[in-house]
Amino acid sequence: MRQASYQSKGVFDEMFAPNGQPRASGAQFVERLQTLSDGSLQQRQKAAELSLENMGITFNVYGHAAGTEKVWPFDLLPRIIDATEWAMVEKGLQQRIRALNFFVNDVYNEQKIFKDGVVPDELVLSSKTLRKQCQGFQPPQGVWCHITGVDLIRDNDGQIYVLEDNLRCPSGVSYVLENREMMKRTFAHVFQGMSVAPIEDYSEQLLQTLLDCAPPGISDPIAVVLTPGIYNSAYFEHTFLAQQMGVELVQGSDLVVENGYVHMNTTRGLRRVDVIYRRIDDDFLDAKCFRKDSTLGVDHLMDVYRAGRVTLANAPGTGVADDKAVYAYVPEIIKYYLGEDAILPNVPTFLCSVEKQRKHVLANLDKLVVKPTNESGGYGILMGPQASQAERDKTAEAIRANPREWIAQPMLKLSTVPTLVGDELKPRHVDLRPFVLCGKEIYVMPGGLTRVALREGSMVVNSSQGGGSKDTWVLRNGDAVPPLPAMDAGGML
Amino acid sequence: MLSRVANSVYWLSRYIERAENVARFIDVNYNLTLGETDSLGNQWAPLVYTTGDQEPFEKRYGAPTRENVLKFLSFDEDNPNSIISCAAFARENARTIRESLPSVVWEQLNKFFFMVRTAAKVSSTLDQPQEFCERVRLASHLLVGATDATMSHGEAWHFLRLGRLLERADKTSRIVDVQYYILLPDAHDVGSALDVVRWSALLKSASALEMYRRQHGKIVPERVADFLVLDRHFPRAIHFCLMKAQESLRNITGSTSGTFCNLAEQRMGQLCSAMDYTSVRDIVQHGLHQYIDDFQNRLNLVGAAISDDFFTTHQQRQARNAEASGQSQAQTQTQTQSS
Repeated sequence: MRQASYQSKGVFDEMFAPNGQPRASGAQFVERLQTLSDGSLQQRQKAAELSLENMGITFNVYGHAAGTEKVWPFDLLPRIIDATEWAMVEKGLQQRIRALNFFVNDVYNEQKIFKDGVVPDELVLSSKTLRKQCQGFQPPQGVWCHITGVDLIRDNDGQIYVLEDNLRCPSGVSYVLENREMMKRTFAHVFQGMSVAPIEDYSEQLLQTLLDCAPPGISDPIAVVLTPGIYNSAYFEHTFLAQQMGVELVQGSDLVVENGYVHMNTTRGLRRVDVIYRRIDDDFLDAKCFRKDSTLGVDHLMDVYRAGRVTLANAPGTGVADDKAVYAYVPEIIKYYLGEDAILPNVPTFLCSVEKQRKHVLANLDKLVVKPTNESGGYGILMGPQASQAERDKTAEAIRANPREWIAQPMLKLSTVPTLVGDELKPRHVDLRPFVLCGKEIYVMPGGLTRVALREGSMVVNSSQGGGSKDTWVLRNGDAVPPLPAMDAGGML
Repeated sequence: MLSRVANSVYWLSRYIERAENVARFIDVNYNLTLGETDSLGNQWAPLVYTTGDQEPFEKRYGAPTRENVLKFLSFDEDNPNSIISCAAFARENARTIRESLPSVVWEQLNKFFFMVRTAAKVSSTLDQPQEFCERVRLASHLLVGATDATMSHGEAWHFLRLGRLLERADKTSRIVDVQYYILLPDAHDVGSALDVVRWSALLKSASALEMYRRQHGKIVPERVADFLVLDRHFPRAIHFCLMKAQESLRNITGSTSGTFCNLAEQRMGQLCSAMDYTSVRDIVQHGLHQYIDDFQNRLNLVGAAISDDFFTTHQQRQARNAEASGQSQAQTQTQTQSS
């Protein structure tokens, strides 16, 4: 395997130090890689791609003909994270989720944080994702954000930053699990004995989290996954999670509210449902409560929810805490509720709703990344340095018209990981989305979804924009590393 | 299980079975016509009759040439009963209930669909369709095997089996209905030699020739009908399919033998017991075609009742009841007026 030419100029590379030598966390992997015969990596990559297609591991892309499924893009070379660093990330994520839960609960109940002047109330109360319907409600166990996906990036300086919190219906965990499976299938010899922290118990943890938060007093609660249906971009994930947990995957039309409870239509009549892991946005959950034209949800679901007879995960209204303007305050939020400094820093963020900061943003549009506060999936973002003057002018106008809806951040240089491009390993930018479960305890999956921008120099990692993915290895320190196993002759599998 | 899931499981296996049957028809007919030299256009027409799609076929293709029929039955995406449509519907049904299927079953279905789609793009596939037909048959067998071996034999599995067996009973009855009359000698030819080759082909299209020989030996039309309609042990015989389908239905409802708890079970029980006590002589005297026509109607009623009893949701039932009570009110009002 040739990698002599591998160089990641001016950017932090996760595998190789600037002197060209592998970092400690990647040393053993690189050593094994070098024993592979020429072409073997490419063969395995092809085998993995064929497997993904046969197994129907896909995602849907909007804006194409209905039912357009694309095979999940996967790159064989893993992102490797050292145990000590991960321990810090894990603690940082637990801290963050704990604080955000307190915050959401406070927003919908006492609003102490406003009264104490830590976060301006008009900022939070003007958020499009605030749900007035949730005021005065307290979910079982006080958990609002059961499932969170936090986007992390590593900048040039080597520091890991939180880029955004996804507190509504974060996607991607099924691909993490499938990527690992694929790695074991196609790269067994390299994977073997590498002392990688296991992630295979995620489904069990998720089920436990959901059941932990069932309405009190139910001895054997029934959980389901609620999907908008097969045309949703994450439909594969919905089926995967339901299958792995062994619960029903339901659509809105499978559910009905009768006698104050939610039921599902079965071949033997109605059956009560206690916990709904919903993968439908707030707006579409209940046409009687939110959007009247929605056909995806269940009429009167929110009545049952507010009566405490069904648990929704995540709770409606959690989006208020992943509004990108609120994001800017998360370090203060952590300090306020936990009395601790944030372990994982935020990316420096300018709020356009604050006059001084807005002026700075407008004056430096060619240096900043400007983001709408409420979009997800990379929509509406202006990459200042790469944008045309016309694009910047348009964004400036949008900012002046509605400053609350915009934030700006410095242009970061995402770290790179070696990626198979043709016959060679090339540096490609990555981010990382670990998944956090919050029930009676807070569980952080070791690793997460590493997304990779496949085009040279690109930092756009979204799969809908042509991004790929990698397995993420969190190494366990202190485990004896067994001797290098014999390598095969480079044949398939 | 969810009504919607039961519905999809049931239809997914019906579509797979349908694709398999179409492949069988094509394969046997192809082999049969291979050695012929005269113009054999009309020998492809019965295939279209067997699937019951003569009207749309004639409208779009006209003459039932070999090429037209093969295209229509294999790869015509506008024909909902073509192999490629069946494979696509089966996969789409499976995709909506993927969580309820073992991964290996989904994976096989997925591969099956890709195989058919790839074959459709290769122009030479239909010049020699045997290999393609065999792959369709094998894919169907593989799926049956995979579900048997990896899926709990619970409700979902029984719905799967129910769909497959009802589809198979229907298709066998169509083969018998169409081919039997084509193969019977005209009245003035009675006493002439039977076209053994063609009768064998009929049996082969149900993979029944070898088992028939063991059971009945020489080919005699009445015995062929007996074997394909009434045999209790041959898995593609109508009677066998119904017996097993009834068994699955009982497993789903929990009813004991000889009892019923809904309309589907009642109709199925009536149809089965009628068949239990029928002989091929009765059938022939009654007229085979009428018998099969009647059977197909009753089978459709069983299918409709299954859909109504198991797949209809609470909301649909309420809406229907509301509509019905509205109607009966309207009727009452009319009656009052007229009296």
